[in-house]
Amino acid sequence: MSFLELNKVTKIYPNGTKAVHETSMNVENGEFMVFVGPSGCGKSTLLRMIAGLEDITEGYINLDGILINKVDPSERDVAMVFQNYALYPHMNVYNNLAYGLKNRGISKEDIEKKVNEAAKLLQISEYLQRKPSMLSGGQRQRVAMGRAIVRNPKIFLFDEPLSNLDAKLRIQMRLEIKKLQQKVGVTSIFVTHDQVEAMTLADRLAVINNGLIEQLGTPIEIYNNPKSMFVAGFIGSPQMNFLEGELKNKTLTSEGFEINNVTSDFNGPVILGIRPEHMSQTDKGLINLSVDLVEQLGSDNLIYGEIKNKKDFCFRCPGSQIIKKGSKLSLNINDNNYYVFDKSNGNRVN
Amino acid sequence: MKIKFSQILAHIVLILGVLLMVIPIWLSFASSTHDTITILKEGMQFGLGDQLTRNYNEVLNEKGGWSEEVTAAKMFINSFIMALGIATLKVIISAMSAYALVYFRFKFAVPIFWLIFITLLVPLEVRIFPSYKIVSDLGLTNSYTGLVLPLVASATATFFFRQFYKTIPDELLESAKLDGANSWRFFIDFLVPLSKTMIAAMFIFMFVYGYSQYLWPLIMTTSEEYWTVVMGMKIIFTESYEGVALPRTAERFAYIILSMIPPVLVVVFLQKWFIKGLIQTEK
Repeated sequence: MSFLELNKVTKIYPNGTKAVHETSMNVENGEFMVFVGPSGCGKSTLLRMIAGLEDITEGYINLDGILINKVDPSERDVAMVFQNYALYPHMNVYNNLAYGLKNRGISKEDIEKKVNEAAKLLQISEYLQRKPSMLSGGQRQRVAMGRAIVRNPKIFLFDEPLSNLDAKLRIQMRLEIKKLQQKVGVTSIFVTHDQVEAMTLADRLAVINNGLIEQLGTPIEIYNNPKSMFVAGFIGSPQMNFLEGELKNKTLTSEGFEINNVTSDFNGPVILGIRPEHMSQTDKGLINLSVDLVEQLGSDNLIYGEIKNKKDFCFRCPGSQIIKKGSKLSLNINDNNYYVFDKSNGNRVN
Repeated sequence: MKIKFSQILAHIVLILGVLLMVIPIWLSFASSTHDTITILKEGMQFGLGDQLTRNYNEVLNEKGGWSEEVTAAKMFINSFIMALGIATLKVIISAMSAYALVYFRFKFAVPIFWLIFITLLVPLEVRIFPSYKIVSDLGLTNSYTGLVLPLVASATATFFFRQFYKTIPDELLESAKLDGANSWRFFIDFLVPLSKTMIAAMFIFMFVYGYSQYLWPLIMTTSEEYWTVVMGMKIIFTESYEGVALPRTAERFAYIILSMIPPVLVVVFLQKWFIKGLIQTEK
């Protein structure tokens, strides 16, 4: 039996909107699970149902062997970090951390010990007497995490906790969250719309779209083997290139080139997906790209150009390669790293 | 330093405003230091007179009223108790009813809120006979309970608290829930401290409202023991002169000045909280 089990969990709001469709998944003890998907896909709703902040319309959630559908949020032994931190503005940092412990009737000495431990772990010991309004964004973030850690819950829930931070701090905090989770070893669920965050943090990743889990797996599995066009487009940066084409007798025709021996028995209109990093320059390549724009990132260059009817086709090459606007490139796909999707429903067919 | 014309104009307007507020008070105070004859002959006085101690001593200690049983000091105490009771209960009840309206999504919460709000259109003066009937049937005439109770429901304060609670982010409640706070704890540990300034402001308004009640205590009380300041102002310190009741004007001015002290004290005391709350942005 898994640590957290979701069994056909469904959420229908009173106005009839179906936010989550019969979702089932298992999360193992100590695992870091990330829910990723575009805004409004139901990932936060799913998280809030686990926390007990939303009612479950249908289905079951088991946590540590206990059915928690009807258990009050305060009794579920879960801790949540909110997007805007939701620190208690009128309490100092110490009391912010201690409040949950006080409500559980823990003795004063124990509270002090636990708070000081958590504060040390998060390096916020100096700020314990300050009010949240006197802290910077990163410090508030730490306090919010401290409030979760100090209670030693069964599960951590993170609801887009990094989206209010600036880019540099976000990367730093991302790293710290991952380190902290490994150190503390608590099962965690992290909700985000940022695929880089998702890839870097997750032990396993659930890509969610329109209230359905599109794919569940390790980040690398999902990156290498996307099951659908949605997942392929969502995971990976810059985004995968999509070209329209036709598959007939294992031969794919698209935008002025052909690929033979496609491992698929599908016949009909398809979408060909190629990641920008899965191509390289050769003399007589498959794809002819006329360059419109070069983005130099230092380590890499992102080349945008046109091939026949497709605009903004992206190709990624090392930053040392100098490519001028207006030049023509000839590209090959490395190791048959391409994906073919059924045009009608977006499912992978190769 | 250059002083702009607009600044001078603004200051002139402000100074005029201050004078407009202060002059009547000064006039009353200055007049309260003269004797009645001077005031009756020459009108209100700008300068100070020599009757200060005598007038104030009389106001505080002389027994007045029809049966000569009640002193002004007693009336100040009565008014203070009444205003304190009204203000305290109003704040507590409004804060709690607003809490119920905002956080407990029960059926008809909105119609109930509007029902409360509509009572603004029905002040005590409109419902004074039914109110009197109820209070007298309950046997509460001539008691502090009777003075306070019919006035403790407040649509205004409920409305202000409701609007304030609505600005508190939902995450705070959710976070508190996960931290094991029940509804009662959330109210005491979060809403009350967060609305400290609001409570202080409401308390000031409601105290002044309670203190200046006239009609209700007038109807409610037959025993002079429960007379309040505002009703006393008309009744005490009269002198019979050839069968006509003449006001003892000097003492009355002293009485007016003294009657201003309790509300002023409340404002001065709570202002500290008020300003503290304004400086610390706690949201």
